[in-house]
Amino acid sequence: MVRVITTGTVAIATAVKHADVDVISAYPIRPYTGVMNELARMIADGELDAEFIVCDSEHTQFEIAKHAAACGARVFTGSAGIGWAYAHEAIVVTPTDRVPVVAMVGNRALDDPGNFGVEHTDVLVARDLGWMMCWPENPQEAYDLTLMGYKIAENPNVLLPYIVNCDGNFITHVRFPVDLPDEELAREFLPPTPPPRPNILHPDKPISIAPHVDYYWGTEIRRQMDQAMKNAIEVTKRVHEEFNKIFGRGGPPFIEEINTKDADVAMIGVGGMTMVARAAVRELRQKGINIGFVKLRRFRPFATEEIREALRKFKVVAVLDNDFSFGSAHCGGILFQEIRSALYDLSERPIVVNYLIGLGGREITVDAMKRIGKEIYEISKTKEVKHIVKWVDVRE
Amino acid sequence: MSWEKIEIRTLKDVPKEEYYVAGHRTCQGCGPALACRLIAKAAGPRTVCIVATGCMYVANSSYNTTPWAIPWMHAQLGGIGSAVAGAAAAFKAMMRKGKIKKEEIHVLGIAGDGGAADIGLSAISGAMLSGGDHLIITYDNESYANTGIQASSLTPWGAWTTFTPPGKMLRLGNVRVKKDLPRMIAAGHPNVRYVATASISFPFDLMTKVRKGLAVKGPAFIQIHTPCPKGWKFPPELTIRIGRLAVETGMWTLYEVEDGQFRLTFKPPKRKPVSEYLKLQGRFAHLREPDIRYIQEQVDAACKQLGID
Repeated sequence: MVRVITTGTVAIATAVKHADVDVISAYPIRPYTGVMNELARMIADGELDAEFIVCDSEHTQFEIAKHAAACGARVFTGSAGIGWAYAHEAIVVTPTDRVPVVAMVGNRALDDPGNFGVEHTDVLVARDLGWMMCWPENPQEAYDLTLMGYKIAENPNVLLPYIVNCDGNFITHVRFPVDLPDEELAREFLPPTPPPRPNILHPDKPISIAPHVDYYWGTEIRRQMDQAMKNAIEVTKRVHEEFNKIFGRGGPPFIEEINTKDADVAMIGVGGMTMVARAAVRELRQKGINIGFVKLRRFRPFATEEIREALRKFKVVAVLDNDFSFGSAHCGGILFQEIRSALYDLSERPIVVNYLIGLGGREITVDAMKRIGKEIYEISKTKEVKHIVKWVDVRE
Repeated sequence: MSWEKIEIRTLKDVPKEEYYVAGHRTCQGCGPALACRLIAKAAGPRTVCIVATGCMYVANSSYNTTPWAIPWMHAQLGGIGSAVAGAAAAFKAMMRKGKIKKEEIHVLGIAGDGGAADIGLSAISGAMLSGGDHLIITYDNESYANTGIQASSLTPWGAWTTFTPPGKMLRLGNVRVKKDLPRMIAAGHPNVRYVATASISFPFDLMTKVRKGLAVKGPAFIQIHTPCPKGWKFPPELTIRIGRLAVETGMWTLYEVEDGQFRLTFKPPKRKPVSEYLKLQGRFAHLREPDIRYIQEQVDAACKQLGID
């Protein structure tokens, strides 16, 4: 093992190298491009043996990845913001073709107007399509969750594509200490060749993938996808256990609780905002506010049971959405809708409120998180909710 | 090489085996379906075939009744270039790294004229530039036929389509001149090894070109003229005759470009007037004498330029 100081994109590129990926399809868009720059360098320097295809668009990137994976290759691709949106047709058919594509999205605010800031709406637009989605908090987790991604996606009971989301700039571009295992150890966890599966294109076994189906079998094919996503929950747990055993880290599969012991209230969110939350929670605790933070590591599959168990003990939960869903219930964020819905059947459930934070790429600050913490602590005392959904740091 | 030889000159050279068999649901007299049969016959069993959305997907490759006896996969309407690039890269990398057996596997992509010349043009251009070992074939029935005959950029001047209906104000129907896709690909992509045109009415020439396109190491492209009874409004028994007339009048030309060298593969001994081709098709029924004269002049000029006359 070696400890390096590096960015999220280089950490992910290293995981891709350790996965001995065969085909990479690249097209530039900030802030994800660094991962492709690093992979191109690795190939040029002979550190990785893979086909690197310079594409004409994101649509091409994801079509290439899908078809290369259909032929049995291990693949990597990625995008960000509006580029991910440009690829959407291919993104729709990748899960339905049941190919284990692994990709990175450098989360970025969608156009228009053009904006380099972080927002999670780009990837969440695809939340219903069958892609597994995770959010690392830092470059270390970016490496870990990428390597685990191949193992989960390629499991014959899953065979769904997998996205590693990275908050643009904060994780893609900022350097952190990262423990990178030796290639041999990585390959003990993830052998270079994926496990055999029935849906591989090869002349030795002629099959047809995705012939036109209509209503006669369409429902059953949708149901198989549903089952695959359900299976992914157990598979993800097992892969985490195995990862923890081999590398001595890797954390829990779905939820990490930070300072939640005896907490009356909690905030929940994904990705890099966790780093900010750690500081805010620490400072609030020093002032006697019993607050914790729940880090949601994976949004797809949505671990309903685990999320209920984690949140049922609080009086108030604030869902922090770095995304939007204009015109949705209460005009709240996407995480809010799902988390609130998951808690509905509990006989005693926390009050759930929503904060839309960092939209349009505005920085998520410790001060803002502390204000949220104080507000929900107040709600826990008064039981009075003034705003179910609130925009943070916005000029009205 | 997975075949005994590339050139198919007589019936004896044609393999007996079929890899595009019963099960498709295309129209009677369908030109593109015949093209698929000839392509699969020529390519043989060591081929992976990817087909973009279009007639040859929706009407041709149905779940549990697919006619394809070779490995087959669907690509999105504009995705054929990306699909073959991905498949070719996968086999190349996995063979080089020893993950699968080293052997010849042909990578073949098929798309209609809309899928190739319109929505998929950028991806095809990318695939031709990338240098991957694959063949892309366009079956050109000169319209979006699967969606009910809408104009594509390969619809000829003067043709009726549901997007270009001749009317009281707009008399001519389609007023865009057919895009010259094969020469565009040949001229703009120095990496491309083989470009050809073919016709279902010249099956030996077609099958030879498919094998040539698959045999070269690198990207190749073939455009096949495939008459469409429904879209062109002619009786289904005339498909082969109309395909032949297109070549005999010079409305369609047969050539190949091998490593940049242009060569006609068929030269009509005496060209017939275009009216013989046009008058059999209802899609040109609204055209008047001067319109047909205009088409004749355009075809004469093109044939002169190509060295047919």
